[in-house]
Amino acid sequence: MSTVIRARGLTKTFHRKSETVEAVKGIDVDVREGELVAFLGPNGAGKSTTLRMLTSLLEPTAGTAEVAGYDVTRHPAHVRSQIGFIGQGNGGGFSYRVLDELHNQGRFYGLGSAEYSRRAAELLEALDLGGLEKRTVQSLSGGQRRRLDVALGLMNHPPLLFLDEPTTGLDPHARANLWEHIGAMRERYGMTIVLTTHYLDEADDMAERVVVIDHGEIIADATPSELKRDHSDDLVTLVVAPGSAGGAPSGTDLLPDDEATLRTALASGDGEVRTDGAVAADGARTVRISTAHGDTRLPEAIEALRVAGFAVRSAELRQASLDDVFLNLTGRSLREEAA
Amino acid sequence: MTAQTNLSATRTTGGRPGGDVSVRTGAGKLVADTWAVFTREILLVLRDPFTLIFSLLQPLIFLGLFGPLLTGAVGGFGGGTPGGGGSTADTLQWFVPGVIVMISLFGTSMSGSNLLYEMMTGSYERVLATPLDRSAILVGRALKEFAPLVVQGLLIAVVCVPFGFTLYPLHLLVGLLLLGLFGVGVGALSISLALAAKNREWLFWGVQQSLLFPLLILSGMMLPLEAGPAWMQTAAMFNPLTYIVDAERALLAGSLVDTDVLWGFAAAALTCAVGLWVGIRRTRRTT
Repeated sequence: MSTVIRARGLTKTFHRKSETVEAVKGIDVDVREGELVAFLGPNGAGKSTTLRMLTSLLEPTAGTAEVAGYDVTRHPAHVRSQIGFIGQGNGGGFSYRVLDELHNQGRFYGLGSAEYSRRAAELLEALDLGGLEKRTVQSLSGGQRRRLDVALGLMNHPPLLFLDEPTTGLDPHARANLWEHIGAMRERYGMTIVLTTHYLDEADDMAERVVVIDHGEIIADATPSELKRDHSDDLVTLVVAPGSAGGAPSGTDLLPDDEATLRTALASGDGEVRTDGAVAADGARTVRISTAHGDTRLPEAIEALRVAGFAVRSAELRQASLDDVFLNLTGRSLREEAA
Repeated sequence: MTAQTNLSATRTTGGRPGGDVSVRTGAGKLVADTWAVFTREILLVLRDPFTLIFSLLQPLIFLGLFGPLLTGAVGGFGGGTPGGGGSTADTLQWFVPGVIVMISLFGTSMSGSNLLYEMMTGSYERVLATPLDRSAILVGRALKEFAPLVVQGLLIAVVCVPFGFTLYPLHLLVGLLLLGLFGVGVGALSISLALAAKNREWLFWGVQQSLLFPLLILSGMMLPLEAGPAWMQTAAMFNPLTYIVDAERALLAGSLVDTDVLWGFAAAALTCAVGLWVGIRRTRRTT
């Protein structure tokens, strides 16, 4: 697979009055053809600035980027002809009619009128915008407007599509709908997609590769499952009581209620075991296991405890999220910042 | 449309996988791109005839209300009108060129306001992300101001004919061309102002308004400056608009070969050149 983006030492420094802001600090990143990559990070992390440099909209202070075969600084127009860019705002002019804007976009790419008319009709159909041709952009719903943005970004049939915070401000239904369409378009045109987001679940569900950016630097770059495996743990929480029910040994004189017995019972499995000091009136206590494989560890632990004579009152598995990854990498929660 | 057709013929087919849009180069691209931007801008006017109708009515109302007042007043100033008299015809002959210049200045100096809106909603960014030539993005937008101007100018002149205004069609067309040249320059400056103001709309309007009225008054457009103090007349000499107004008065009075006309074209060309230079630089730098 060929590389469609190759950035080396990409840097952007802004000067505001006497203040110097290093928005992007020497990013190296490669994207191969066909990938779906999400740049994840809090607001102001440098995601959008990176995207704007890769799309030739912003000139890098230092470093190079080759996008779709062309250098962004030396051949910006060539880069622009090869990519689609969907910015944070709405691409369609609010006072314009939907179909007019698609045709305008076709003219901007130097397409002939027969060709842009055909493409516009095709995209309107594919993105569920049929019947809205003569409506003005400002009269559309947020979801429709965003789909029009996607249609505008695809008029040149780009092999590489950039989306800057594509679903910000949309309700959950419209978000899911937009993703369905982006997925369909990706399949249809075989595109490579690079997007930015600060929605954790979105990066987790949609992206095949997540590049975590913080303070202008890449702090992690892997698939969502690799990130979660390497940088955070699943958490298994069990409430364990002295055995009486099920397979517990008969008689009540041999209650294995001390912590050491508990730990011995769980020692064979992986992960770090922590027990609560507090013991309920009936002898129940909470045990937590941090592990990379919560889904298999949970039944193992229940079985081990049962054999050792404990009764498991409740069991809960919380699988690692990208927020845990971010928290472990930076010491801050992305969820709080996004809110 | 001819420019576009010619160019699609010279396009080479794209060689990159999946990308079937190639990049045109050279002067042909500049013309085609300017035309594409102009087409988008003018569509806004064509699709919304009400705005067009009101923009045509406005100068007529102005002319209808201001004209009668001036008929009495200008005669009193003495020497303001070419005829020196106080008849409606004389007033119109003096005042119509002024009104045409005024509407052109109003229209073109506001052309940045549309851009402010487009920068705010995001459509300007989408335009920037296309391979359009950066100069074309500015010139196409500035040129758009020229088209309604021609229609407005012609309409005003024609409407005034029954009231004694003498219409010299060729001279009027030359006059509108002159205004177009000037208007593209002012439009480009207004767009530059919008690009500099970014999301600070108040800054755009503040600067636009505080420049507009001094320029208007110091050009002798609405009231003859001959009656004003010497410092005003000196200031007027440094106002390019003065030369435009004088040139329009000469042209609409029926003289084509006139030093005033020459000076007018010089002032218009200078404004246009400065506007485009500033505007293209701004467009390239603002992303």
